[in-house]
Amino acid sequence: METNLALVLLLSPFVGFLFNVFFGKKVSRNVSGAIGTLTVVVSFLLSICFFAQLNQNGKPFEISLFDWIQVSNFKLDFGILLDQLSLLWLLFVTGIGSLIHLYSISYMHDDENMHKFFAYLNLFVFFMITLVVGSNLLVMFIGWEGVGLCSYLLIGFWYKNQPYNDAAKKAFIMNRIGDLGFLIGMFIIGAWFSSLDYMELKATLSELKLDTVDYITLSIAALCLFIGACGKSAQLPLYTWLPDAMAGPTPVSALIHAATMVTAGIFMVTRMNFLFDLTPDVQHIIAYVGVATALVAASIGLLQNDIKKVLAYSTVSQLGLMFLALGLGAYTVAVFHVITHAFFKACLFLGSGSVIHGLHGEQDMRKMGGLRKAMPITFWTMMISTLAIAGIFPFAGFWSKDEILMVAFEHNKVLWVVASIASIMTAFYMFRLMYLTFFKEFRGTEEQKHHLHESPSLITIPLIILAVLAVIGGAINLPGSMWLNHFLEPVLAAKHEAHHLGLQEFTLMGIALAGAIVGIIWANAKYIKGGFVPKEDSEITGFNKTIYNKYYVDEFYTFLIVKPINSLANFFRTTLEPALGKVVFSFGTLANGLGTQGKKLQNGNIGLYLFAFVLGVCAIITYLFITTPVAQ
Amino acid sequence: MDVTTILLLLLVGSIATFFAGDKWASKIALLFSLGALGLSLYLLNLLNQGTNISFAGEWIANPKVALAFKADGLSMAMVLLTTALTPLIVFSSFGNSFNNSKNFYALILFMAFAMTGTFLAADGLLYYVFWELALIPIYFIALIWGNGDAEERKKAVVKFFIYTLGGSLFMLIAFAYLYSKAGSFLLEDLYKLDLTATEECWIFFAFFLAYAIKIPIIPFHTWQANVYQKAPTVGTMLLSGIMLKMGLYSVIRWQLPIAPSAAKCWMPVLIGLSIAGVIYGSIVALRQKDLKKLLAYSSLAHVGLIAAGCYTLTLDGLSGAVSQMIAHGFVIVGLFFAAEVIFRRYETRTIADLGGIRSQTPKFTSMFMILVLASVALPGTFNFVGEFTVLYSLSQANIWFAVLGGTTIILGAYYMLKMFQDVMLGETNTKVFADVTANEAITFIVIIAFLLFFGLYPKPIVDLVTPSLKEILEVINK
Repeated sequence: METNLALVLLLSPFVGFLFNVFFGKKVSRNVSGAIGTLTVVVSFLLSICFFAQLNQNGKPFEISLFDWIQVSNFKLDFGILLDQLSLLWLLFVTGIGSLIHLYSISYMHDDENMHKFFAYLNLFVFFMITLVVGSNLLVMFIGWEGVGLCSYLLIGFWYKNQPYNDAAKKAFIMNRIGDLGFLIGMFIIGAWFSSLDYMELKATLSELKLDTVDYITLSIAALCLFIGACGKSAQLPLYTWLPDAMAGPTPVSALIHAATMVTAGIFMVTRMNFLFDLTPDVQHIIAYVGVATALVAASIGLLQNDIKKVLAYSTVSQLGLMFLALGLGAYTVAVFHVITHAFFKACLFLGSGSVIHGLHGEQDMRKMGGLRKAMPITFWTMMISTLAIAGIFPFAGFWSKDEILMVAFEHNKVLWVVASIASIMTAFYMFRLMYLTFFKEFRGTEEQKHHLHESPSLITIPLIILAVLAVIGGAINLPGSMWLNHFLEPVLAAKHEAHHLGLQEFTLMGIALAGAIVGIIWANAKYIKGGFVPKEDSEITGFNKTIYNKYYVDEFYTFLIVKPINSLANFFRTTLEPALGKVVFSFGTLANGLGTQGKKLQNGNIGLYLFAFVLGVCAIITYLFITTPVAQ
Repeated sequence: MDVTTILLLLLVGSIATFFAGDKWASKIALLFSLGALGLSLYLLNLLNQGTNISFAGEWIANPKVALAFKADGLSMAMVLLTTALTPLIVFSSFGNSFNNSKNFYALILFMAFAMTGTFLAADGLLYYVFWELALIPIYFIALIWGNGDAEERKKAVVKFFIYTLGGSLFMLIAFAYLYSKAGSFLLEDLYKLDLTATEECWIFFAFFLAYAIKIPIIPFHTWQANVYQKAPTVGTMLLSGIMLKMGLYSVIRWQLPIAPSAAKCWMPVLIGLSIAGVIYGSIVALRQKDLKKLLAYSSLAHVGLIAAGCYTLTLDGLSGAVSQMIAHGFVIVGLFFAAEVIFRRYETRTIADLGGIRSQTPKFTSMFMILVLASVALPGTFNFVGEFTVLYSLSQANIWFAVLGGTTIILGAYYMLKMFQDVMLGETNTKVFADVTANEAITFIVIIAFLLFFGLYPKPIVDLVTPSLKEILEVINK
């Protein structure tokens, strides 16, 4: 029974995918969307069932479906593991997934390929579930690459636009760089421990006595896995694909590039916590990469004018904070922030989608303004989420971000300072976004102004639900109750002490809150009181220009990697290939010489070589006659 | 009942096709090739039940050449690859019309006959004869029914012919030498030979020349791209789908077990060279202007990885290599067929002239996309199983081999997705592109179904080849 339910949970979105692929075009758009949504809702409901059951008896559910890949020292089955961690992820993946599917029915309604959109979205949810519920690393890898594929398909959903296709391709390739790391990490682990199964690895690793050589090998394995996480979760230096991924339709940005797929890296590190706990040096690297990403992305976010780009850099930055927590061994804290972030960031993206929808595709905040009155629901839900992400008491983001800062403070003051600066920047650019979009006067065209309207209820209902979650989401791990901490304890190898609320904690909370308020006041002074509107692209100068152009990292990569490879490819094609052909073929000149002689005897070329062949065989057989003693 | 029946059926089929006349040739050829497929499946079933389906008979008394055919899991896997792809290739050509089609289809079946013989032969000279026989039909197919300028085509095809023939002659010399030592060409006798290190080395490299050209391993690949481009698509499919696997199969069956210590001694160099081919092929593929040439170089990259797997001399390497051979056989046939489908409509393979096809052809786009994804070894496709296993075996030899060989997953994604974007995406092309016909769709669907099924459940194939690979490894490590 349980096995069947687990299978339904996994396969339901896949059925939706198949339906939309084969029949999506034949049914009306609403039916196509409704079926796409329902299949995800089914998974959500089943996740709740499993979750309730696990909450009761505390026993994870594990099954092996069939044997998959086999190598000499171990076998990999296609197995499902539903434990605390995977169920937590399932809940918000399918829950937010359902909301975003619902939203998309309205948002994508005018697109001629709506059924395809739902097919890809369903396929994505299927692969995301696979990623989460797999019982070993390789099953996770199926989901891992699968969600990458869906991300590729959805970023390039409007495939007539070649820059969008470029963005899609870039996302896939950069992810694959990380994936190679993931693979190598699996190879090292598999060769050493003869297993890739989480439960087995956890048992083996907990009894492992490490000497220096082992420690280095294990660290390399952990580092390789982290490289994989960097690709999927858009961390330095592999983050540049995520802002470009905003080319996809906005629900995709909300679901894949904010709430779910990009948190896969955090899921993986948390899943393998028993490995990372053994390799403190790698943990340091993770913490520093995380905090650096948080700062760099936040600083770029300060000056972006495309509403979705701001949110994209904000996502990168927030993911950086989560990795900071992971690097400090505070897995629960990272997971906590993943969940609250999923609520408010999905809400923000969907809200921005509502705005874009209302303005018929306009994404430039310089051409917005004053939308508060025309779109009250969008405004208020986004406002709540903005307060949450900025870390204002008592919204969800306050609690989770505060915990990250607290953990950072305990370990290393520098990390704390940098993370705090990133948080202040977050408050600033998010309020900048709100001010530019919803306050002051409308700066678009008269025609747009005339058509301003609130979005239909299919769009606003998900917004309201997510906004409510952004308010109360912090409740799952409030200081004092720490439900999440207790819940995840069985998954984590090391025990983590919950914070006792004391003077230090309250002071830190106060400082964090003050920082957020500083950011807001700064934004207020500039954009409300100062009435400042960002300049045209051509008028941006100085360091601002560097930031506006994202520190020229893309250009740097192009210069350092893409261009050289392409010139090499050209050189190989035009020069080396013909040269190789000539050199190697010069060995054949002897045969050619013979051929020229042969031509005089034979008129046709075709016959000649057959003749040569027969002659060769005869010659060899003759040789054999001579060399072999006849007496046998 | 033994495996010679498959050979006979194919040979009879070839003759029947020739006499069937132009009108019926393609159908007769399809019939016989399907018959061969059914027969080999039946024989596979017998083999799995433990029946001996090998054949041993006398042929020539002096020198002692036996008519020996060995059917174990490995050779049956390759025979099945041949007999499964042949009807598919024949069927895929139903949308084209050929002059003298009776000759054309007879040659295809004859080639399938020769390739099957190569995979089954257990006598060195017999094997050599089949090996060379396989070259003749493809030579004519490429030369007579190929495309492009006739003079240039002739140059490319003749170069290919001399090149591979030249390489094979070294193999023949090696066989002659082995015969003088063992007094027999029989595989099992050659396995038993005790050669000195120097002898082994010479033998090994004589074989290597033949195989490195056929596979091809860089720098012996220069014939490939031109021939793939000039040959008719059917010929390209036969070459890339099956024929180049003859080389890889022979490495496992002949080269490694006959000269194992040389293989061990040169292992790093051989793996290095193969992996260099992976990277080189991938990079050259990036800037190709012709669709078929691009696929040719992608093929070069993939077989480089397979060869690297073979030369690890481990069970994982060999079994991954065999999986990858089969997976690559199917996917490359599918991709070349996609190129052909495009050519049938637009009469060009120049990538720059294509684009904007997707909006007109949802079915074709999906199928092409899946093949592209299989080619870049997305998990869930059979190609992933092979690639994962090979890369794992490489990581055991040296982690850097896996890292360098693994760049194929990045570079492969780069050139394949770039190709797909340039060929399929973008603003709707002004020229009309009709979606796939039922016949075309069937070819794609068979290939895709195969790759996806075994991608999730590779066990039957792996279980089939593992025992014979273990036997070969025993000979190697004796």
